[in-house]
Amino acid sequence: MVGLWVMKGKSLWKKRRRSRVKNMINIPSTLKISLRALRVNKMRSALTMLGIIIGVGAVIAMLAVGTGASERISQQIASIGSNLIIILPGSTTSGGLRMGMGSQPTLTKDDADAIQKECSAVQDVAPVLNGAAQIVYGNQNWSTGVYGTTPSMLNIRDWPLASGRPFTDQDVKSATKVCLLGQTVVENLFGSIDPIGQVVRIKKVPFTVIGILDKKGQSPQGQDQDDTVYIPVTTAQKKIFGTTFPGMVRTIMVKAKSTEDLDTAEKQITELLRQRHRIGPKKENDFTVRNLTQIMQVAEQSTKVMTLLLGAIASVSLLVGGIGIMNIMLVSVTERTREIGIRMAVGAKTWDIRLQFIIEALTLSLIGGVAGIIAGISGSQIISAFAGWSTIVSVLSIFLAFGFSGLVGIFFGFYPAYKASLLNPIDALRYE
Amino acid sequence: MALIETADLYKIYELGDTVHALDGVSVTIEQGEFVAIMGPSGSGKSTFMNVLGCLDQPTKGQYMLDGTDVSSLNRDELASIRNAKIGFVFQGFNLLPRTSALENVELPMLYNSVSVSERRGRAMEALMTLGLEGREHHNPSQLSGGQQQRVAIARALVNKAPLILADEPTGNLDTKTSIEIMELLVRLNRESHITIVLVTHEPDIATYSRRTIRFLDGRVVGDERKEPVEEKAP
Repeated sequence: MVGLWVMKGKSLWKKRRRSRVKNMINIPSTLKISLRALRVNKMRSALTMLGIIIGVGAVIAMLAVGTGASERISQQIASIGSNLIIILPGSTTSGGLRMGMGSQPTLTKDDADAIQKECSAVQDVAPVLNGAAQIVYGNQNWSTGVYGTTPSMLNIRDWPLASGRPFTDQDVKSATKVCLLGQTVVENLFGSIDPIGQVVRIKKVPFTVIGILDKKGQSPQGQDQDDTVYIPVTTAQKKIFGTTFPGMVRTIMVKAKSTEDLDTAEKQITELLRQRHRIGPKKENDFTVRNLTQIMQVAEQSTKVMTLLLGAIASVSLLVGGIGIMNIMLVSVTERTREIGIRMAVGAKTWDIRLQFIIEALTLSLIGGVAGIIAGISGSQIISAFAGWSTIVSVLSIFLAFGFSGLVGIFFGFYPAYKASLLNPIDALRYE
Repeated sequence: MALIETADLYKIYELGDTVHALDGVSVTIEQGEFVAIMGPSGSGKSTFMNVLGCLDQPTKGQYMLDGTDVSSLNRDELASIRNAKIGFVFQGFNLLPRTSALENVELPMLYNSVSVSERRGRAMEALMTLGLEGREHHNPSQLSGGQQQRVAIARALVNKAPLILADEPTGNLDTKTSIEIMELLVRLNRESHITIVLVTHEPDIATYSRRTIRFLDGRVVGDERKEPVEEKAP
């Protein structure tokens, strides 16, 4: 036993490590000491924790707002359909005045058929001729967007039917007067009546309802996607909207085979349409190809950046809370100088003292962290309730905030603990 | 083998001019002795006690405590020595406030590997020995000065240290309580052969010891052995 004390070098180092392991056994007692110290100054401990509570709460609430926003955008992206490309007609110039996009009708249903046949990167193509129209059932009427299209439209938009059947290629070929109704239209015209098999009038033309579209909700722009009626494109051309020239359509919707194929599909479509529209090598396109999914993904990306930014700003308050802990711990070390001296006199080693104060800071920050998580969750629910934003508290953000508050406790507790452990026991014992 | 053996201890402070708080002190104290250290303030007796208590390191010289050369140890090694070999009794009691007598006595055992149950048992035993049964859950503020000092003595005994260093243990107590505490220390010295080194400036208190060492200007100027007063009239 006595021999141990005079050992030097490697074995001394080993012994020191052993003594530190020995200290670990005393963590329950150290924890008890820390809790007692925190209880003695209840008000002070509570106020110190408040800094961490606000910090952790803010981080969780901000991340919840951001996650909620980006989740909503992802849902909306999924709701318009994935890997979407939209083709719009070009603009006209009349008397030096350039008209807006799509003012020059250049696209036809044949263009759509050609894309389907010849572009290898394309999965589905649907021409669209749409417009607003009054739709009447019995004594109810409703103004809505009527879309003349083909059966592949439902594939492109990943839009299943709630009931009934879709129209077929045969319906398109023979311009049948059948329609699919969106949920909003059904609600406004039919109420509780089953619309399937009923006859509605669109611009005074009678149509048989053969199917109901599933509910889809808002588009990324905030439009009600369920306020819509689908009819065969040929019927729209011949019976409802008319055409400036045979086969004209407003837009063509295209679904690429995969996300990787989007760029190829865009190139193939541009090449094919330039050829079909006989556009010379140096002339501008009379149509525009837009990659909708990419635009949405950019929006999603920017929301994620916003989430990070919000989280970063919120974590500044967590940092401030940490500084509050350090401040209080420094005060506590000064107040308890004599206690530290007594502990040193009866045999507390450097790490006994350090651990005591670090555990105290850690206890403050972790209790604050747990309370902050509760505050953050309830805060984000209040935000949802009052601001109407969707918020999602992710499990990851909870673990992140809790872990971060623990780190704050250790980091800001270390300096006061270090200071305490360096006190000279003689001076500490004499401290008044 | 002597319990305490100092050889030519120097403690020199460089505060503007050089102060020799200890100026070549060589003292040997055997196991089981009861020693009083006396001297005016500034004589170096407190510095000597701090060195004996492993709270301070001498500038020069050697200090052997129970066969160990203490002069060359680092902070943590000194802490272990204090924990195992030295019990402190202070003038101001130095108990932890808002902490029960029992937990105060348990304190030294937090810093060595004594199991929780043994810790409690040993602390209770020490309190009983000092006649404090029924007071173990009182905080220091609920105890009289004499009781507080007895808790402090229990704390000094609980690790079975061979040496008790008492720095003016009766300085804050009235005469009657002082006598009680001194008789307690005498009893511990006789019955348990615990070595007691006591600093005091009261000659009355020094009469309980069997040896008195006098300090002046950092040097030992007197070292007399005598038979202690057996029974002191109140």
